Amino acid sequence: MTAPALQTFRTGDTPLPDIVILTHKLTREYDMGGEVVRALQGVSLQIKQNEYVAVMGPSGSGKSTLMNLIGCLDTPTAGEYWLNAQKVSDLDDDALARIRNKEIGFVFQTFNLLPRATALHNVELPLIYAGHGARERRAQAAHALERVGLADRMEHRPNELSGGQRQRVAIARALVNQPSILLADEPTGNLDSTTSGEIMLVFAELHRQGQTIVMVTHEHDIAAHAARVVTLRDGLIATDQRQAA
Amino acid sequence: MPVFEAFRLALQTIRAQKLKSGFSLLGVFIGVASLIAAWSIVNGVNRYMTEKFAQTLFGVNTFQLRRRPMFTPNVPDSVWRAWRRRPRIRFSDAEAVSAALTVPVITAWQSDENVSVFYGGKEARDIQLTTASERYFDIKNLRIALGRPFTAQENRSGVPVAVLGDAVAKRLFVDRTPLEHNVRIGGIAYRVIGVVEKQGSVLGFPLDRFVVVPALSPAQNLVNPPGILDAFLVKARSEPEMHEAMEVAEGVMRSRRHLRPNQDNNFVLDTSEGVQRFWAGISRILVVVLPGVVVVSLVIGGIVIMNIMLMSVAERTREIGLRKSLGARRRDVLRQFLAESAALATVGAAFGIVAGIGLTLLINAVSPLPASVSPASVVLGVVMGAGVGVVAGVYPASRAARLDPIAALRQE
Repeated sequence: MTAPALQTFRTGDTPLPDIVILTHKLTREYDMGGEVVRALQGVSLQIKQNEYVAVMGPSGSGKSTLMNLIGCLDTPTAGEYWLNAQKVSDLDDDALARIRNKEIGFVFQTFNLLPRATALHNVELPLIYAGHGARERRAQAAHALERVGLADRMEHRPNELSGGQRQRVAIARALVNQPSILLADEPTGNLDSTTSGEIMLVFAELHRQGQTIVMVTHEHDIAAHAARVVTLRDGLIATDQRQAA
Repeated sequence: MPVFEAFRLALQTIRAQKLKSGFSLLGVFIGVASLIAAWSIVNGVNRYMTEKFAQTLFGVNTFQLRRRPMFTPNVPDSVWRAWRRRPRIRFSDAEAVSAALTVPVITAWQSDENVSVFYGGKEARDIQLTTASERYFDIKNLRIALGRPFTAQENRSGVPVAVLGDAVAKRLFVDRTPLEHNVRIGGIAYRVIGVVEKQGSVLGFPLDRFVVVPALSPAQNLVNPPGILDAFLVKARSEPEMHEAMEVAEGVMRSRRHLRPNQDNNFVLDTSEGVQRFWAGISRILVVVLPGVVVVSLVIGGIVIMNIMLMSVAERTREIGLRKSLGARRRDVLRQFLAESAALATVGAAFGIVAGIGLTLLINAVSPLPASVSPASVVLGVVMGAGVGVVAGVYPASRAARLDPIAALRQE
């Protein structure tokens, strides 16, 4: 197990082209009623194309904060965040929404599917915000569902699907815009071990097809599926190791 | 997200939550329904008063020379007594006015009395006997359904012929033809020569219980003392010509009555304007009160919708967070909730329009008012409904748009 080689990055540089995610001294502070909580204290992290990274750490280590920043749901207090050679740490709200739509595919612990919508419609959602036409949306959403093996479940609603199937719908939704990164937050947290294994197989297959994956988890056996494990402690990177798949 | 998508989504949500949506659009529903129904009623009453009431009782562009006004609501006793002391209109007055008129007109004499009409063993009671000259039918726009009206010749010679109102013909002859049969009016035999088309009723008063006979026929003694008539009817071709004729008539009558310039007329030149002025007063009250009712229900409807939308935003915080994480911008979320609120109100307005039209048809069916739905009220109903929805949706929608996606996604 070795630490990955990093580009030597200084403020004012731009990342190398094969680096999808680059954070430089990323800091996030929260003001909790007068007391400043430093959730991230300067995280520098580089993730290349087609890496499969697990982010681990105990609760309070800052992994959720890092996840939110990488997912462009939040903006850092200080430091830089580059996504696909674009500096996103100082973009405004609407531009961030755009980035989330085009570059990031979220997979949540609780699936977050719209309960009244069919699997197909759930997968179409990001395309609606991307402004695609109805026919194109249908075709792309159907293709994404095929990729996760749910071609025969398109017209089912979430309550007609098993937990594993729901998570696969969510993965299809994350993939449908062909994002630069698949960002999964405890993707197996609500699943039994058999189903978790199925989801990890899906991730492995996507990784094999070239997808960059960042996965937050606190389960070691889940993290073991990733090719690289980053561990956070007290808002800083504690370890960063490659491992054999 | 395009506006179309927003509306499609809004309608889906409404369909999914029928009961809640139903309650929330009740206010707008009532508002729009009352708007349309009220508008139809005012329209109907307006038309009723101007067309049917005024024209049936007076005729178009027609004035009547009378001792006192025909339509007299709320007149104090003193005025009434003064009217009764006035001299009556004489045949000679009518002839003098007729001779002096310079604009082309048609004129008729008219006097009325309540009588009973007999045929065989049957009696039609409480029938208005009108002694009139031959142009009376033209002025009152009474079309003859059967037979013919009497002629000028018959009128001058006082031939005892009668034209029956529809109700009288039905009462006495049921479904046989009354033509060429003799009815008895005050003991005098009258040959029936015509029946007038059914007139219906005005404000609940039947308009078909009458018999018209020549003014100089024998029954004139039942109606008025010799040489006296109730009204002299003058119909002009247009309103300006009617006013011109009225001035001439007033001059002639004042000089015949030897009135000094400081003395008031002791006769009236009655037109449908009096009736219409009376109605205009009532309709002005309606025009002020009804929009009040409509506005109050729309405001209440708006508040209800706003509350429902606030609830909806609170319930769907997670959904909003999810949509934001998938790339919805503030304006997308804003638009989604505005569309939902507007769609909610518009659906309410649509039901309101249907109900308003239904109410109008009901009024048409059970009352004599010719109520008709005004297209303008439908347009206004839709616009106001959607407007209320948008206005009521602004605050909830902007709250939704401002939600922080992280906090929203974390909410249970």
